[in-house]
Amino acid sequence: MPTLSALHFKNRLFYVLLAIGGLVLLAGLYAVHMMEEHGHIITGMNNQIVWGIPHVFAIFLIVAASGVLNVASIGSVFGKAIYKARAPLASLLSIAMLAGGLTVLMLDLGRPDRIIIAATHINLTSVFAWNVVLYSGMFALVIVYLWTMMEQRMNCWTRPAGLAVFVWRFILTTGTGLIFAFLTARQAYGSALLPPMFIVLSFAWGLAVFHVVQANIYAWNEKEIAPEILRRKKNLLGIFIIGSMYMVATYHLTNLYFAHKVGFEHFILRDGGIYPNLFWWGYVLLGNLLPLLLIYIPGLGKTKCVMLASLLVIVGAFSLLYVFIIGGQAYPLNIFPGYEVSSSFGDGQIASYHPSIYEFLLGFGGLAIAFIITTISVRVLNFMPQDKQYIAD
Amino acid sequence: MSDADVKRRNFLKTSLGAAAVAIAPSMLLYKVAHSESEDASSKVRWGMLIDTTQCKPGCNDCVTACNKENGLPGGTTPTDSQWMRKIEIKDVSTGRELSLPMMCQHCESPPCVDVCPTAASFKRADGIVLVDKHLCIGCRYCMMACPYKARSFVHEPLHNQNPDVPRGKGTVESCTLCVHRIDKGLQPACAESCTNKAILFGDLHDANSDIAKKVLSVASVQIRGDLQLNPGIHYQGL
Repeated sequence: MPTLSALHFKNRLFYVLLAIGGLVLLAGLYAVHMMEEHGHIITGMNNQIVWGIPHVFAIFLIVAASGVLNVASIGSVFGKAIYKARAPLASLLSIAMLAGGLTVLMLDLGRPDRIIIAATHINLTSVFAWNVVLYSGMFALVIVYLWTMMEQRMNCWTRPAGLAVFVWRFILTTGTGLIFAFLTARQAYGSALLPPMFIVLSFAWGLAVFHVVQANIYAWNEKEIAPEILRRKKNLLGIFIIGSMYMVATYHLTNLYFAHKVGFEHFILRDGGIYPNLFWWGYVLLGNLLPLLLIYIPGLGKTKCVMLASLLVIVGAFSLLYVFIIGGQAYPLNIFPGYEVSSSFGDGQIASYHPSIYEFLLGFGGLAIAFIITTISVRVLNFMPQDKQYIAD
Repeated sequence: MSDADVKRRNFLKTSLGAAAVAIAPSMLLYKVAHSESEDASSKVRWGMLIDTTQCKPGCNDCVTACNKENGLPGGTTPTDSQWMRKIEIKDVSTGRELSLPMMCQHCESPPCVDVCPTAASFKRADGIVLVDKHLCIGCRYCMMACPYKARSFVHEPLHNQNPDVPRGKGTVESCTLCVHRIDKGLQPACAESCTNKAILFGDLHDANSDIAKKVLSVASVQIRGDLQLNPGIHYQGL
């Protein structure tokens, strides 16, 4: 039993954490106010790099929000007990990250005040418009799913709700991948490989976030996760990391095979300065190889190693998204194949991008929303995984 | 009929009369305001034929005219709007150099219209691709989708706008083919300003128009024709 003073300390710590989250959120809102007042001129974004740091944060949060539900699906759809016990926490994280990601995406708009138009004027050929439906539907569906799990009388509906969430999130992440897959002319995008790539990436990123939060909740409650459960979950993370590396490698290798995309690949993988650096050091080494070592080297793979591996996967995710989103735009659009071009509008030149503090504040504001929702929820409701005696299933 | 009934009837009659008098002028004005605009017709397909052999390197007259007509400041930093720009191109294999203007190509199947979530990007029946500034939420997806990098985002508050060409901070904009001039029977500013007559504007669907005759008789291409978007802007000598 924890002592009274320990409880007091935790109580205080909870409010301190909440205050820190609140301050970060406030800083994000300040950035939004400044962007509203002065326009996007105060960001690093321009007419060449039209999507910047806010989109890196938003897409990470949205993709991870979908992927974290994998934990819930393995429980509810495939009936694995240790995952079932974690489904409520996974659902909560999904809602929290979705809220954070969508807020960032919405507040980065040129006219966030007109967001209601996205609901009143829907263009059916736009994958963005589909995503408005997919994201809001996901939000509602996960809340219902959570309700069926946490309200005992509704438990009989958990499986169908879980199945609906399972299907919905596949479509949702496909929709996120399609945002880029539907771009016909840009060398970096326009590939049918992107939706499945985003789905596999979401598995790894979502599980990594889950591990970090779960480790913190266990530490807070002074409990330790059973070694068998940790082993299964870290192995799953390892498989997801390998899967995502395979998808990313396939995407780049197919590009390298097409002569008209070789220039772009050389830029991203070799010559592009920050982009190859982030790709090889950030994504491949820190985000994949090191986590795999931490997970699979005999003698490692304990709680701290898994926690570190998960944090590194998240670092890798941000690196990859930066390379994919910003690097993809920085490489010049090939308007005249076979010609060297120059103009006053950056044609034929690598676009430069220097993100401003406001973009980071907005991005961290989104993380703060996810953090606050999670922190309050795990405090007031019971999201602690309740494991029965471990039986391999 | 009681006295009160008569009074009430008279009151209602007078009120109706007064209401009619009040509404009539505004109805009339509404009619006047809308009588000039006819809906764009799909029988027309506005387009341009740009003769790159007549376009002089270093000459920026079309761009200057475009900026003046549309109230654009004409800056060329990465955050400035450039509805029209000159591109210098050099054939990598032969070394041949050309100069040409680039702007919205007014595609028949515009990717910007396909991707726009709110249908703010739209194509008129006569082929002109526009942005409805009241519906644009500033997501910039159209800028990602445009194969010609023809669109700009308004990054700063605007001053001294041209009333004929409304713009808006936080929205996306591009060449309108000077739709406000076309609807008055005028040519786009760039075509009118070109001293070398390198820009021929007209109705591609009208077999008797100069442009329709010329695209029949000379070799012309559409930029990124491989994408099969069927732009309304054709280039000769490329």
